[in-house]
Amino acid sequence: MSDIWIVMIVVGLLTYLTRLSFILLLQHWQPPQVVQSALRYVPVAVLTAIIVPEILASNGALDFSLGNPRLIAGVIAALVAWRSKSALWTIAAGMAAFLVLNASLG
Amino acid sequence: MAALPTSPSKRSEFFDGIKGELPILLGVAPFGMIYGVLARGAGMSAWDAQAMSSVVFAGSAQFMLVQLINLGTPALMMILTGLIINLRHALYSASISPYTKHLSPLWKAGLSYLLTDEAYAVVVMHYQKKTDIKYKHWFFLGAGLVLWTCWQLSTAAGIFLGAQVPASWGLDFTLALTFIALAVPSINDRPSLLAALSAGTTALLARGLPYKLGLIAAAFVGIAVGLWSEKR
Repeated sequence: MSDIWIVMIVVGLLTYLTRLSFILLLQHWQPPQVVQSALRYVPVAVLTAIIVPEILASNGALDFSLGNPRLIAGVIAALVAWRSKSALWTIAAGMAAFLVLNASLG
Repeated sequence: MAALPTSPSKRSEFFDGIKGELPILLGVAPFGMIYGVLARGAGMSAWDAQAMSSVVFAGSAQFMLVQLINLGTPALMMILTGLIINLRHALYSASISPYTKHLSPLWKAGLSYLLTDEAYAVVVMHYQKKTDIKYKHWFFLGAGLVLWTCWQLSTAAGIFLGAQVPASWGLDFTLALTFIALAVPSINDRPSLLAALSAGTTALLARGLPYKLGLIAAAFVGIAVGLWSEKR
């Protein structure tokens, strides 16, 4: 078996175990109240932590300029998401803005 | 006379899960294609590249592994990196677990396999609605399966289209857009707004840390700030 298969299987298994961790393996653990409240913030914290560097520093360096298409398209998408609450419109509007900006700044 | 609210059936939950996940696929499909292209570019066989999408089934870890293959990284280092990147799934698991306590071990085992970023975000929002929880695992199953199918098909498309999908098109940006679509509507009070702002700032400041440790640090800062703001 090649190295890449060993890596794949081990990473796949470890990933599966992290996903399974609290759902099955630690299911009888009763988290204290503070942990239960904390879990409410998991989605919003993780999602924003993925989004912000992707938009403001996609090449590693900070770019707050109007010449950064990801920043402008990201702001447009966020406004559409806020007003419409529709994932479809958000992604469509953000992608359209990004493609137009990329072409015109290109 | 007002009609009694009907509780959703297994079938309706399952199809609602598919419907809830569909818009997200717009962002996931290009990401899967780019993965397929890069995996072939790193010298993986078509079969290995495709297999990784169901064995690992975690986009960011797959991208990182492909990059490490390119760099000729030793296997042990790749395994450690993959583990650290995917540790956030334990947070998802903890966050979902209160809602799955009543399920059989088989359901738990199956749903856990489907617990990716994009499925988690859609499913947790559905669980947080104050509606009958009885068949919500069918929603999870529908959302998870349609996402899995999309990931496999888009990987295959990337493998076979190969160099015709240049990474320079910036299609990877669609994934950031899907996360915006999921995150913004969940910011609905002061603690959640502060959690988002602090997590975003931390992620930016800590972006230089290796192995996405910045992401995990940012998640914890965001959670802590949300809690702190709630108590005031």
